[in-house]
Amino acid sequence: MATEAQTRSYTPAELMVAAAAREIGDGEVVFVGMRLPLLGFQLAKRTHAPGAIGIYELGIIRSTPAPEPILTMGDLPNLCRAQWLADTLDVMSLLQRGDIHVSFIGGAQVDRFGNLNTSYIGGMAPGRIETRLPGSGGACDLASLAGRHIIIMPHEKRRFVPRVDYITSPGYGDGAGWRQRAGLTGGGPAAVITTLGVLRFDPDTGEMMLASVHPGVTVEQILAATGWPLRVAPQVTQTPEPTAEALAILRHFDPQGFWTGS
Amino acid sequence: MTPSSKLTSLHEAIARGVADGSTIVLGAGLEACIPFAAGHEIMRQRKRGLTLVGPISDILFDQLIGAGCVRAVRAAWVGNVITGSGYNFRRAVESGRIAVEDHSNLTLALALRAGAMGVPFLPTRTALGSDLFASNAHLKSITCPFTAERLTAVAAIVPDVAILHVQRADAAGHAHLWGNFGVTREAGLASQHVIVCAEEIVAAEVIARDPNRVVLPGFRVNAVVHAPWGAHPSPMPGHYNRDHELFLSYQRESQTPEGFAAWQARWVDAVQTSADYLALLGAERAARLALAHHDYSEAVDYGY
Repeated sequence: MATEAQTRSYTPAELMVAAAAREIGDGEVVFVGMRLPLLGFQLAKRTHAPGAIGIYELGIIRSTPAPEPILTMGDLPNLCRAQWLADTLDVMSLLQRGDIHVSFIGGAQVDRFGNLNTSYIGGMAPGRIETRLPGSGGACDLASLAGRHIIIMPHEKRRFVPRVDYITSPGYGDGAGWRQRAGLTGGGPAAVITTLGVLRFDPDTGEMMLASVHPGVTVEQILAATGWPLRVAPQVTQTPEPTAEALAILRHFDPQGFWTGS
Repeated sequence: MTPSSKLTSLHEAIARGVADGSTIVLGAGLEACIPFAAGHEIMRQRKRGLTLVGPISDILFDQLIGAGCVRAVRAAWVGNVITGSGYNFRRAVESGRIAVEDHSNLTLALALRAGAMGVPFLPTRTALGSDLFASNAHLKSITCPFTAERLTAVAAIVPDVAILHVQRADAAGHAHLWGNFGVTREAGLASQHVIVCAEEIVAAEVIARDPNRVVLPGFRVNAVVHAPWGAHPSPMPGHYNRDHELFLSYQRESQTPEGFAAWQARWVDAVQTSADYLALLGAERAARLALAHHDYSEAVDYGY
């Protein structure tokens, strides 16, 4: 396995970013999150989705890639010749009224229905808090209100749990119909892109299912790294490797490998 | 009649404007325009029992918590944007030293907008079904009186103080801000007392000639402070880029309480003025952060 990985010409993060980029359709309005999605959007713009429009929670809209590599969405090149610089409430209002097709969020802990925790590991009661994480930021809003959202996170058994300790960003709750009963207008999670594979959700039950495995990874490995009996889709495929073109673009936008280094 | 000058020193603005125990909104620009110089002055003056309000705060909340100034945080996210966790925040929450009211960016923006509008709450569709309701008593599930839909009611936040960092202001408190705004406008309009820190103090005419760029009415501003480089290490459109290296070194140096104390001694307590701060930063580093490409907008005609 290790030798196989060493012969590859890309890092796991580059594979994940390329997979994230493929979730963006041409012409879609994309609420771009932090870290890997920042690069995924730039990659999609430069390849199959030149008509995608990016929206950033800071109050930025741009339909062109930033003129220079950026490390975070607030970097000044991301403001230069943006299509709109506005209030956070303006872009969040676009999200709330249903103008956003797809969004991306990262997670620390996820469960079988795609509920996401980025707030409290252990629980929120005094004495129960094992780890305090940074919190929602805009993630709860994206999970609540976007047409669909994509989760990007490391695949480890301690992170893939039967039930999250705290729901920061709602997925399908406890199963089918839960989002409608809660009053959520966004579509819910469409995919979870991990360090090992890509998972999607059964439309009838809202439960996560393994859809593709990354090159060099086995289904068994993924089952072992998941904290509940994970369902496997009838036709599990292999996640496509990033193309040479995609890698060249990613290395242009992340020249030091800050986000996509090994 | 010229309005009287609100120009004051950073020391005076904080000493008079920020009382122990007050609720203060900082970092309303999200990643940009974070008033670090003002936050550091709060630390130097050993303010205590503060409640911090802000959307993501980047590392400023973490620093104020580490300095022992903070009793509670009402925020969507507290940490270091490009590295993740804020260690002082983690230590303080995990040990129960500070209380947290968990928001999302949208609920925090609405809480301040409600404060700015003078209404007790605003409705939204976000956060339904989430556990934000369990760790934020100022979110309630309600039924819409018109459509019978389930909605989230977000209670207004009216901070005692807002500190806003802008590009330029006149002595009377008229301030120009450009770039993305985050929740700056809501923060300024919602708060009882507003301190404006500016990269440049300019003649009233410079501001008056472009009223669309004024961030809030001057009569709502109580103090104006000249604070060049006062938002460093956050980015300041028109002035300097984000200093990523400082965010990375802060992540390394704040991992233990002792490490943070040493960081505070060097970057906060040993500094009194913006000249001291610039000397510590060094001319070479400042030059690296300065804009390399200028891109000026077209002038507009406000004539009649």
